[in-house]
Formats: sequence, structure tokens, C-alpha cells
Amino acid sequence: MIQIRPILAALRRHKMATLLIVLQIALTLAVVSNALFIVKTRVVHLSRPSGVDEAHLFAIRNEWIGLPDVPHIDAQMRADLATLRSLPGVRDAFASASYPLEQGGGGLAHIKHQVAQTTKPQLALSYFADEHALDTFGTALVAGRNFRADEIGRLGPYDKLAPAVIIITRDLAHKLFPDGAAVGQHVYLSDDSPSTIVGVVDRLEGSYAGSSTRSIDEDTVLVPARYASSDDGAAYAGGVVYLVRTQPGQLEAVLRAAPAALVAQSRLRLISPEDGVVTLAQARTKAYATDRGVAIMMAAVCVLLLLATAGGIVGLSSFWVGQRRRSIGVRRALGATRGDILRYFQVENALIVGIGVVLGVALGVAANLSLMTHYELPRMPLWVLGVGALLLWLLGQLAVFGPARRAAAVPPVEATRPG
Amino acid sequence: MATQGVSLLTYYFDLALRSCRRSKALTALVVLLMGCGVATCMVTFAVFRATAADPIPWKSNQLFVPQIDNFGPAHNGKGEPPQLLSYTDAVALLHAQQARRQVLIYGSKWTVLPDDAQQPLSQEGDAVSHDFFAMFDAPFRYGGGWSASDDDQRAAVVVISSALNQKLFGGADSVGRQINLDTHTYRIVGVLDDWNPSPRFFDMSSAWYPFSHPRQLYLPFSRAIDLQKAASVNFYCSTNSVDAALPNWDSVLHSECAWIAAWVELPTRADVARYRDWLHNYAAEQQHVGRFAWPPNVRLSDVGQWLHIMNVVPKASALSMIVSVSFLLICLVNVVGLMLARFMRRAPEIGVRRALGASRGAIYRQFLIEAAAIGLVGGVLGLLLTALGMAGIGHVFEPEIARLATLDASLLLLTMLLAVATTLIAALYPTWRAAQVQPAWQLKSNG
Repeated sequence: MIQIRPILAALRRHKMATLLIVLQIALTLAVVSNALFIVKTRVVHLSRPSGVDEAHLFAIRNEWIGLPDVPHIDAQMRADLATLRSLPGVRDAFASASYPLEQGGGGLAHIKHQVAQTTKPQLALSYFADEHALDTFGTALVAGRNFRADEIGRLGPYDKLAPAVIIITRDLAHKLFPDGAAVGQHVYLSDDSPSTIVGVVDRLEGSYAGSSTRSIDEDTVLVPARYASSDDGAAYAGGVVYLVRTQPGQLEAVLRAAPAALVAQSRLRLISPEDGVVTLAQARTKAYATDRGVAIMMAAVCVLLLLATAGGIVGLSSFWVGQRRRSIGVRRALGATRGDILRYFQVENALIVGIGVVLGVALGVAANLSLMTHYELPRMPLWVLGVGALLLWLLGQLAVFGPARRAAAVPPVEATRPG
Repeated sequence: MATQGVSLLTYYFDLALRSCRRSKALTALVVLLMGCGVATCMVTFAVFRATAADPIPWKSNQLFVPQIDNFGPAHNGKGEPPQLLSYTDAVALLHAQQARRQVLIYGSKWTVLPDDAQQPLSQEGDAVSHDFFAMFDAPFRYGGGWSASDDDQRAAVVVISSALNQKLFGGADSVGRQINLDTHTYRIVGVLDDWNPSPRFFDMSSAWYPFSHPRQLYLPFSRAIDLQKAASVNFYCSTNSVDAALPNWDSVLHSECAWIAAWVELPTRADVARYRDWLHNYAAEQQHVGRFAWPPNVRLSDVGQWLHIMNVVPKASALSMIVSVSFLLICLVNVVGLMLARFMRRAPEIGVRRALGASRGAIYRQFLIEAAAIGLVGGVLGLLLTALGMAGIGHVFEPEIARLATLDASLLLLTMLLAVATTLIAALYPTWRAAQVQPAWQLKSNG
């Protein structure tokens, strides 16, 4: 059994050096635990499933040339959809105004239970859709039914958003009706007329991959309409997004064929050669570039930091061993075994790291609290600090092992040497 | 005297070199730590500097964004007025002419139809009032902006970017030539020079990307309104969903939806105070006539305050700055410990030097010069690692931000300064301890 008291007495002679290691351990724990926590939240954020068949989906952003009116656009959209669906390799397609992982672009719906309700409406992200939308997305109904072809309306830029029927996600259904089934219920998207919820889908993310809408990312409402606008006075710019789902292995071919087929259908359109056609895989990469970057950088800094701390421990421990060669020799001469010396340095290190960890937990919690107020980070669970502490403790033992072994190798005869 | 000083300096350097040779591992560790710490800080600082820089330093305290709360306490964001103005308020502000210059801005998409068989282009453009170019000191390559009377007459004039001029006219002077936008013909009155303030602070509220997507077209605000040209992205309404209650363009203009950015130029403090009063009185009047059911809630923010309100500095950038500064701090604590070990290992040598007549000051000088030398080497390593890191930031930050972060002379100098200064600070305590070594005691224990 190692005596702790002589260790403490020895440390008291090296107050400053001990304090420096303690401080370093504390700071490292505070930074590493917070950084690891940020990495974890980012990884969770960027690995969320969008709920759609990303591997086989792509989007075409199409703008109209020559300010056509609503009936003309609507007719063109029907023709375009017929063209797309008949292309070889295409499984299904529909028209909307935005696509998942787009980083913006979709509409924001304010859903009310009553026209005159005083509580704030439930926010949700909307997609325009038709009876082909669910098959194109590849998301499954968990209750109710799909849209019927006769329910798909035509929506001009000044028309009100008051569909007779809607389909919503399970997440939104749970928020609107926490106590019961949503199918068959009425809600209001505008004050004019109610919309009946006819179906609930499992999971479908809105079109904002960023963090600004995080709390409603999975609250999506499908509006059965073709939105026909050419940017001539709408509340927001017009154009259409065609979402196309291909058969397995056909994505590359359809990616080239689809825009060409649309242009062959009618030339009065504009599909940007740079970013007019986007696969959902590309959209995901782009949308989460920052999240992934931050995660990589934080992880790299953590590794560097742990290495630096380990280096510091090795350096200072070596110095101590060098300084105490004579006293180690004396102890060995008085009968201490190599194992005793080895254990002495290991226990000493464990003690110092322990004090540092206590201080570091306090610092880490304080840092997390301040990050929470400034950067809207969630609260860090205590187990992250626990993992950090364990990591540092192991690192300390590993770092001190080399110098401690050198100390154990000091021969008893050292006691008789000067210096 | 001077030669003596130099010879002393070289003597200290010589001592430093010898001691480094003796404790190779410790010295290498210190240099490595300083290099890593400094480089991490510099790389993140370069990005931070690129995103947090004042985009218009010569004028940023004279340009202001007025905000007027037309949403009311029930619908605004935590008591703050919307960041954009309704058409009603924007036009009132433009016509009041209470500032030296006033500008209205909203962004939209335009289709450029080239004469020849070229593919049509979709371009992002800003509808602005004529003071825009003078207010933001936009540089022209050819021609200039349009006049107040062009605004009044809703003239079909346009200012294009040098990039679009290159694409359409091969970079030639295109002033006076015609261009077809959304099937209407416009006369080009000016071609901008390369102009891309980062962040594009003046219309960031009409764009999702303050660091990319430079605008290619600028057209008269009054004409865009006449053409019923919709705002491309940002259009916020106080109550219901966007398209719920707007049956036509006229109702868009009369709605309480916010979609127009406004800027005013106020050269003096007195102007600012006067404008603040006017803004308050305007809102009070709107309350008086019954349009607002709440007391005046207005803001007037200069460029710096506005960038803060808009959260322009990417969170990733600010966060990584914090992390890397903590990293440097930890490296420093580490270096203090290692320096202490290095210096105290040489206690016998110090004792001998002190016994032979070296003053405390001489010990201070010797060890601080040694520290500075180590800092210098750490700085050089830091520079190499910074250069390496700068090459890698494209993988961490968005390309449009990474592009702004560059390794220039000031960053080089700052890296070296930071390395030397921090190493010196880290060496202060160990040096003090070294200078405390008593000559007699050391000699005795050595004997």
C-alpha cells in the first residue's frame, strides 16, 4: 500500500510545477470535453436521415422565360411531368418549389386548430406535392391515404394556401395532436377554409438543412398543388423544382437525359448549367459541409491538445525524476523495490490528474454554460466530462510510465553520488 | 558600448545554443508546442478576420440601418423590430429625405436574354434607389449610376457587374448599349469595377449568403416595383403564411410584410440624433393614425451593430477562434512548466555564474534572450504549420469563406510576434526562479 502523505509532502516542495500540471489538466479537460461534445452534436445533426431515397433522387430547378401566365405554366408543368415520368430509368417524378437538404427555399406554414385561436400557430415547412410525391420521395404512409389525382389543384402566385386535404409527417402530427390520431382532423393553413389531414408519413425533412429551423426540421406538410409562378408579382420568386426518382443504377443516365428532354419539350425555360440539376447526395454534402468541417477541426484540435498535455507530463516528470535521482537511490538503498518507485510516480501522477479533473469539471461546465448562451449549444451531459476525465487519467498514466520506469531503474548506488 | 552590447548578445545566444544542445528533447517539445499553438491560432484568426472584418472601414460609422416595428409586440422577435421594412415604411423613409442619402434595396432574380443564340442566363440583381452607388462608394469601370429623375421616371436603365459585362460584351465599354431583362429592354448606364464587399453587408437581408453570390445587376427600385418584381427570398409577414392574404401586387405593397432593406447616411453625431428623433416621431405618428397599436419601437444601427444583429460571423468561425485560443493557452501553461524544468536543471550553472560575479540582471537577460530565441524558432515552425493549415481550411470552412482567408505579410508578422511574445511571457516565471538561485548554496551542494 502506497503512502499518500509522503507524495503530498514531496509535491509541496514543487508547488509551482504541480500547479502548472493541475492547471493544464483542468484546461485540457474543459476544452476537450466541450469540443468532443460539439463534435457529437454535429455528427448527430449531419447524420439525421432526411426520410427520402437520397441515393436515387435528384432535383431540377427550372425557371420560366417570357413571363407566361398561370394557366400556361400549369399546362407546361403537366407536359413536363408527363415527359419526365416517361423517360427510361425514371421511377417517378413530381413538381414542387424546393427539395430536402436544399438550405432554404421552402415555404413556412402557420398551422392553426381554430381560426380565432389565441395561442401561437404551429410552424411547419411545406412542400407542394401531388399523388406521385410519396413514391418519388420514397417515404411511407403510417396512417391514412395518399392524395388522389383529382385533389391536386393549381396555385397561382396570388392564390391563397387553403388546400382541402393535406398530408403531414408523424412528428408534426404528434405536435398538433399529442393525444390522438391526426388523420381525419381539420386544421387551418389560412383563415379561409380548413384542411383535412388525410395521411401521415413516417419521416420527411423540410428543405432547410441549416440550423435556423432545427426544431421544426421534421415537421413537414405536403400541399396538393402545382405552384405555377413565373416571378411576376408573387410574394416570392417563382419557377419550379422537379424532383425525379430513378430506378437503381440509372441516376447518371437520367441526370443527363432529363434536362435535355425538358428543353426539347419547350425552350422557354432556364435550367442553370452550373447548379440547375442537383442530386440529393450533392445537396447533402453541400448542406453539411460546415458541420462536417467543424467536427473534423474540433477532433483534430482535441488530438493535438491531448498530445500536448501528454508531452508536458512526460517533460515535467522526466525533470522530476532527474532532480530526485539521489533520493530515489536512497530509497532503493533502504530497501524500496523497483515496483515501489514505479508505483510512487504513478500514484503521484494520478493524484495530480485527479485534482486537475476536479477543477476541469467545474471549468468545463462553466464553459458549456457560456457557450449555451452565446452559441445556442445544448447542455452538455455530465458523462461527456466523465469520459474526458477517464481519457486524461489514462493519458497521464501512459505519459508518466516512461519517466517512472527510468526512475525505477535508478540503482541504489546513486545515493552515494553527489548531485 | 554598442560593440560590447552586441558581443554580450552573441554571448547569450551562444549560451542559449549550448543549453538547447544539452536538453534537446525539452527544447524540441517547447518549440513544437509553440509552433502548434501559434499556428492553430493564426489559421483560425485568418478566417475570423476574413469574416469579421469591417467591409467599409472609412464609412462604417456613418451608414445606418433604420428598423421600424410594424409587426407589434405579439408578432415581432423577442421585442426586436423586423430586420427589413414594409413597402409603406420604406417609401415614407425615402421620401422624407431626412438623411444626407437614403437607399432602398431588395434582391430578385432576372432572366437575361442575349441577342444571339446564347442560352438565357438567370442573374441575381438588386433593385436599388439612385443614391446606392454614392452611398456605398461602388467603383465604376465605365459610366456611372443613374439620376434621381431616372428614379422618378422609372427609367429602364441598368448598372451591370464587370463579370456580366465580360460574359455579354467581352469586357468592352458597354455603356449606352441595350440588354434584355425579363423580355424588357434596358439601357446600360454603368459597368461596375470588380466590387465584392465581404460580407455584402448592405443586402445580406435579401441574400442567404453574405460571402458569395455577388449581384450582377442593379436596377431602379421604382421600376422594379412598377414591374411587380417579387423579392427573391426574404419576405416576412407579421401574421399568416406568406401567400395567405395577398390577392394581388397592390396588396403586397400595402401589406405589413417586411421585405425591403433601407440604409441612411448620417455624417455627424447631430445628424444621427436628429434622425433617431425623426424615426421615433414617424412611428408615433403611425400609432396616432391607428396603423400601429403599440408605442414606437425603432432602431438605428451602424454597420458594426448591424453585422452583429445579423450574426454575420459564422458560428463555426467564432467557435474555432475560442477553441484555438484555449489551445494556445494550454500550450503556454505547458511551456511554463517545461521552461521551469529547463532552467532549474541548470541551477548549478547559474550558481557558478552568480558566484563568478554575474548580476541578477545578467541572469534575467540571459534566460529571456534564450526564451526569445526559442520563441523565434517556434514562430518559424508556426509559420510553416500556418501555411499548411491555410491550405487545409478549404476542407473545414465553406469555399467562399476559405477564399477570403489569406496568408499575407501582416499575418506573417503577427505569427512571429505572437510566438515570441507568448514564449517570453511563459518564460517570465521560470526566469525569475532562475534568478533567485543563491550562488553559495549551489556551490556548497555541488561540492
